[in-house]
Amino acid sequence: MQISVKVNGTERTADVEPRLLLVHLVRDTFGLTGTHEGCDTTSCGACTVLLDGTPVKSCTLFGVQADGREVTTVEGLAAGGELDPVQVAFKEEHGLQCGFCTPGMMLVGKALLERNADPSDDDVRWAISGNICRCTGYVNIVNAIRHAARIKAGATEPATV
Amino acid sequence: MIPAPFDYVRAESVDQAIELLSGNDDAKIIAGGHSLLPLMRLRLARPALLVDISRLADLAYVREDDGQVAIGALTRHHDVANSEALQELAPIVAYAASLIGDPAVRHVGTIGGSCAHADPASDMPTVLLALGAELVVLGPKGTSRRVTAADFFKGLFQPDLASNEVLSEIRVPKTTGRGWSYLKFHRRAQDWAMVGVAALAGNGIGPAVALTNMGERPLRAAGVEEALAGGADPATAAERADEGTSPPSDTFGSAEYRRELSKVLVRRALEEAMSR
Ligand SMILES: Cc1cc2nc3c(=O)[nH]c(=O)nc-3n(C[C@H](O)[C@H](O)[C@H](O)COP(=O)(O)OP(=O)(O)OC[C@H]3O[C@@H](n4cnc5c(N)ncnc54)[C@H](O)[C@@H]3O)c2cc1C
Ligand code: FES
Ligand code: FES
Repeated sequence: MQISVKVNGTERTADVEPRLLLVHLVRDTFGLTGTHEGCDTTSCGACTVLLDGTPVKSCTLFGVQADGREVTTVEGLAAGGELDPVQVAFKEEHGLQCGFCTPGMMLVGKALLERNADPSDDDVRWAISGNICRCTGYVNIVNAIRHAARIKAGATEPATV
Repeated sequence: MIPAPFDYVRAESVDQAIELLSGNDDAKIIAGGHSLLPLMRLRLARPALLVDISRLADLAYVREDDGQVAIGALTRHHDVANSEALQELAPIVAYAASLIGDPAVRHVGTIGGSCAHADPASDMPTVLLALGAELVVLGPKGTSRRVTAADFFKGLFQPDLASNEVLSEIRVPKTTGRGWSYLKFHRRAQDWAMVGVAALAGNGIGPAVALTNMGERPLRAAGVEEALAGGADPATAAERADEGTSPPSDTFGSAEYRRELSKVLVRRALEEAMSR
């Protein structure tokens, strides 16, 4: 089936079997391997992408369900070679260790900050509650997303990258 | 794991969906796909044709209608949870939706899919049963029928739906003036309920209590309701929570454990409902 998906701002087309999962469309067909596949059971959130700006788990959607819609992956965060505030904040606050969960965490953080410019710890914890991290213990991830909010608000200068 | 091959059509209207379903015994509706896709992955479901209704925007709404609140079947859990109309007029529905899975699941899964899947571990069917909600089902040739929640949830994964029918709307009574509680017990945040309890009380209507994951379908706690009607206090009435139930045993807990848990949760739910 012929589908057309706007991926990170660029219109992409592909001829796919309906059973192709969105995570495989993104990783294998489009070659964007920043989206990770962890559990394959909708549990871990490593495969999170933004579908029309909303976090969803790409392992539990078919690629054809994204036809005609917009998908944002971690590769779409940095615009024009400049890191997104969320990426800067994860770096500065050590919001990652192995990095496996990080693309999902950052996309959830990005979507949260679009809706809520100044989230509390609880808001952030609620937002990332479908994303599992085996390394950090979450504290630095929460700090990073709140730090990103401050960077976006211009309240703090990001350190030069 | 990868599902078996299938054909896929995106329906442009409910009528077209019903027509496609009528023409193919192995066709299935896909809404959010968050119950169906996991089954297809395990190849427990192998539909030959998926009819995608997820873009029928006119089936996603929450509105007051004829003294009830009407919820379109395609309304996402996230939108049910955040509906101001529901938060005001039937808060137990909005609250229960906010406890389903995690945020990403709630962005995709629909209230209609939760009902049509008829999993006794699901939260929304229990709430609808306690409320005495009605479900609107559309069929071939423009037919439409209304079914009570008590009749709709017939058994394990068995909704009262023919293979060529579409659930279009869920209608819940306003609960203005009634206290309410939905308690969901689980080991880890975001898990399915080991046991769940929906309770409504007050405003001159007899208390209603329903149970999640205590049998093959959502169940009314008839013994508890009877005891309360007879004047028993919540703690005494709650002792009858497991009457007529057949809870499962699994890695999370034995049937015995669930029976005890249901009594504790019913007591707490009644106390909460009666205090607000
Ligand atoms: C990780 C995870 C955690 C979850 N946790 C919970 C939880 O805690 N509590 C809970 O209650 N649920 C939970 N769920 C299930 C979730 O609520 C699903 O979204 C819901 O059960 C199914 O909705 P759907 O729109 O995805 O339906 P689909 O998967 O698209 O469909 C499910 C079934 O219903 C049929 N169907 C769907 N819509 C209609 C319709 N309008 N008319 C007729 N038939 C229809 C389909 O043919 C299919 O048989 C969880 C799911 C996941 C993946
Ligand atoms: S791979 Fe999708 S949630 Fe884990
Ligand atoms: S950084 Fe390793 S899983 Fe989160």
